[in-house]
Amino acid sequence: MSRESILAAIKNNQPDHQALPDLHTFRRPNTGDPAAFKKVVETLGGQVFEIGSYTEIQPLIAEHYTDLNKVVAIQDSYLPGAATQWETGDGRQLEDVDLAIIPGQFGVAENGAIWITENEVKVRVLPFITQHLAVVVAAKDILATMHDAYEERIVRPESGFGVFIAGPSKTADIEQSLVLGAHGAKSLTVFLYTPKP
Amino acid sequence: MEHQHKEHALLAEDFNANEPRVNWHDETLWWIRQKRDKIAWSIPEWEELRETASRIKHNVLGNLHDYLLEFERKAQENGAIVHWAANADEHNKIVLQLLQEQGVKRMVKSKSMLTEECHLNPYLAEHGIEVVDTDLGERIVQLAKEPPSHIVLPCIHKKKEEIGELFHEHLGTPAGNADPKFLTAAARQHLRKEFIQSRVAITGVNFAVAETGEMVVCTNEGNADMGAHLADVHIACMGIEKIIPQRKHLGVFLRLLARSATGQPITTYSSHFRSPKAGQQLHIVLVDNGRSRQLGREDFRNSLKCIRCGACMNTCPVYRRSGGHSYHNAIAGPIGAILAPNLDMKEYADLPFASTLCGSCSNVCPVKIDIHQQLYKWRQVITQEGHAKKTKAAGMHAMNIVLSKPGLYKTAGGVGRWVMRTFPAVVNNGMNPWFKQREMPAPPKQSFADWYKKNRPE
Amino acid sequence: MKVGLFIPCYIDQFYPQVGIATLSLLEKLGCDVVYPQGQTCCGQPMANSGFEHLTHGCNELFVNHFENFDYIVAPSGSCVLHIKDHLHVDGKEQAATHIRQRIYELAEFLTDVLKVDNLKAKFPHKVGIHQACHGQRGLGLAQMSELVAAPFSKPQQLLNMVEGLELIELKRSDECCGFGGTFCVFEEAVSVKMGKDRIADHVNNGAEYITGNDVSCLMHLEGILRRQNSNVKVLHIAEILNSI
Repeated sequence: MSRESILAAIKNNQPDHQALPDLHTFRRPNTGDPAAFKKVVETLGGQVFEIGSYTEIQPLIAEHYTDLNKVVAIQDSYLPGAATQWETGDGRQLEDVDLAIIPGQFGVAENGAIWITENEVKVRVLPFITQHLAVVVAAKDILATMHDAYEERIVRPESGFGVFIAGPSKTADIEQSLVLGAHGAKSLTVFLYTPKP
Repeated sequence: MEHQHKEHALLAEDFNANEPRVNWHDETLWWIRQKRDKIAWSIPEWEELRETASRIKHNVLGNLHDYLLEFERKAQENGAIVHWAANADEHNKIVLQLLQEQGVKRMVKSKSMLTEECHLNPYLAEHGIEVVDTDLGERIVQLAKEPPSHIVLPCIHKKKEEIGELFHEHLGTPAGNADPKFLTAAARQHLRKEFIQSRVAITGVNFAVAETGEMVVCTNEGNADMGAHLADVHIACMGIEKIIPQRKHLGVFLRLLARSATGQPITTYSSHFRSPKAGQQLHIVLVDNGRSRQLGREDFRNSLKCIRCGACMNTCPVYRRSGGHSYHNAIAGPIGAILAPNLDMKEYADLPFASTLCGSCSNVCPVKIDIHQQLYKWRQVITQEGHAKKTKAAGMHAMNIVLSKPGLYKTAGGVGRWVMRTFPAVVNNGMNPWFKQREMPAPPKQSFADWYKKNRPE
Repeated sequence: MKVGLFIPCYIDQFYPQVGIATLSLLEKLGCDVVYPQGQTCCGQPMANSGFEHLTHGCNELFVNHFENFDYIVAPSGSCVLHIKDHLHVDGKEQAATHIRQRIYELAEFLTDVLKVDNLKAKFPHKVGIHQACHGQRGLGLAQMSELVAAPFSKPQQLLNMVEGLELIELKRSDECCGFGGTFCVFEEAVSVKMGKDRIADHVNNGAEYITGNDVSCLMHLEGILRRQNSNVKVLHIAEILNSI
């Protein structure tokens, strides 16, 4: 068994224990800035709309997208009349989804990343296979740094799969020319939500 | 150092036959280095972050045995099946067996430098299984039948016109179209079909968390996710050094990785795979392939801290002007030059010498690996183990005899300004390479020592 | 203050004027300088080529020549770094340690030990600094462009004291010139290409002179400049600081 020989070699060869460094100096609790978040998402090629109610989503979509045949909305309130029965299958049933509107748990201002888990999207491949992705995230859920994310919001995994998504899928593999839309979603829209009083 | 293939110096000389192309390669990578600088400067605590990352990794090296066991236990609890491979061959066999069990003949793979290191693709091809690399850059070099020339930017050595040609030949795009947007769209269409058809997906692993048994995979393209989430079987291949202790440590590494690699704040996708989706099999292959041996080499174990960002390549003035293929190893550049001799000291004896020891690599390294110091130390080990060329050794011994004896030094110098004649002589290939493109300083009338004797008599 | 002058082998043999400028500059600044006769080399050419185990002879000579000085000063960052990092002699470790701790590259000796704040030097030309890697990244003579840290430069601090001298800005402030010891011949193609690119940066930014703290780099650059029949010249920093 290689397992035992590998472990034995490691045990024999590993250096003395050294303590883990303290990370708390990197924390910036309660300083997440939605404006900074918005700016970073835009530099990553995403677009951000500030909304005060989910009812604003539909007109914005009508204005900014064309040729939407199949739209998946995780909450009915995002887009009344969106596709139904999309959850059944191994993921391939989503091959023809043009737009998916999903909730994000929180966003990170320093890098524009939004945390999304299987619990919300139900089918893991949804945010990747859809041609276009829209994420609804509350402005109050913008954190400052990745340290705040891991130490405040996702200390433990709460689902089998979770992902930080920052901007649309992209590549610069051909002569370092940035092209949006590699294999995942070709565009990313963020609805930054601040409920109206 | 007598091999089948050419050594770095000769491969680099070939690369330099086309100077405008060298300039283009150099400028492209330097631009990425500048993007890295710019974004690093936007984080005031950048240097503390590097130090912290380095210290976390040091803790990992000292507790790797326990962390691997913890990771294995948690991963199994999460529903994954964990395999252990002592070397590349065992890794390849494990993967082959899993594929044969599924009866697949074609499958998708996202970027994994480990599978490059193990030469998985050719191994599977020998057994009738075709791997489709899905990272755009990797797909391009795969179509060109070349290895990646850079760990993050696999086809950085290719011009768009050449890529247009390849796509015309293999994907049926119109001849002469070299527009990156158009070519990327064509690749998207081509690879979507592969994702949909593939029942097995192989991915690499950027970080594996001992505390939770989860693996984090970072891509910009989304290819790892497209493959893994559609597959019935997800095989994740990782070197044993990819372990980190706790989930919160991801905060440190994800802040550093993409900023160091390409100057982005984070990759588009940082996917956390914990348990297989319903009905899916998740296999994790833990690969040693020399890593436990490297762990025992005190001078070189820090190389295992590497998070494969490629920053050392982008900053390396030698890499930029010699190209990734000149390193004839899966991992090129400064980091490749300190990892490769551990795999095969004779085969890669030339690599630690493919450096001026300028030290820029160590300064950009997000986990503060002392790369240039290790290059120096590998030179000593390689020489001591008898892998230096005989002509070079003879030259060095001659140089030493002269430099150890002041009388001899004075005579040798006086006779003909000995020093710079000895340097080139150790190459001993019938010509003096100094003079190929350079002049020597005109010999002065007297040495400094002679001048001093006359002008500052005691 | 008794200063032992270490003149590396290739300076002794090919650039005696750099040794002379260094000596005269130190003397002008009031140092009691002695050049121990019989010195040869720091051993770096062998060590960097993987033959550090052959350098015992050089190390022993070095300790014998320099153990009795308050400071050891050399006009070469690279050689000084090698001594600092690698000088050890069985049975003379105390002396070796003394030397490792008291050896200085010329510019840092001027700024850090002598704390020079003005110089009577004049050099009315456009000058580019070639920041040699070992001095910069090894000895810390100047801030490194890779680090997120406050900029400084000891050579620049000194050159700013020279009347009429105009420093040019480079596109790449601290890229290696490609000399690299025996790298310059074993990896001739890349070495020369690196040198050509460094030169182009200086030339494109209007340098009449390229200066630096390491004659080895300058020798390499000069070799290429002369092959190109360029009018641009190289000078060691000591030669500029000592010019009137």
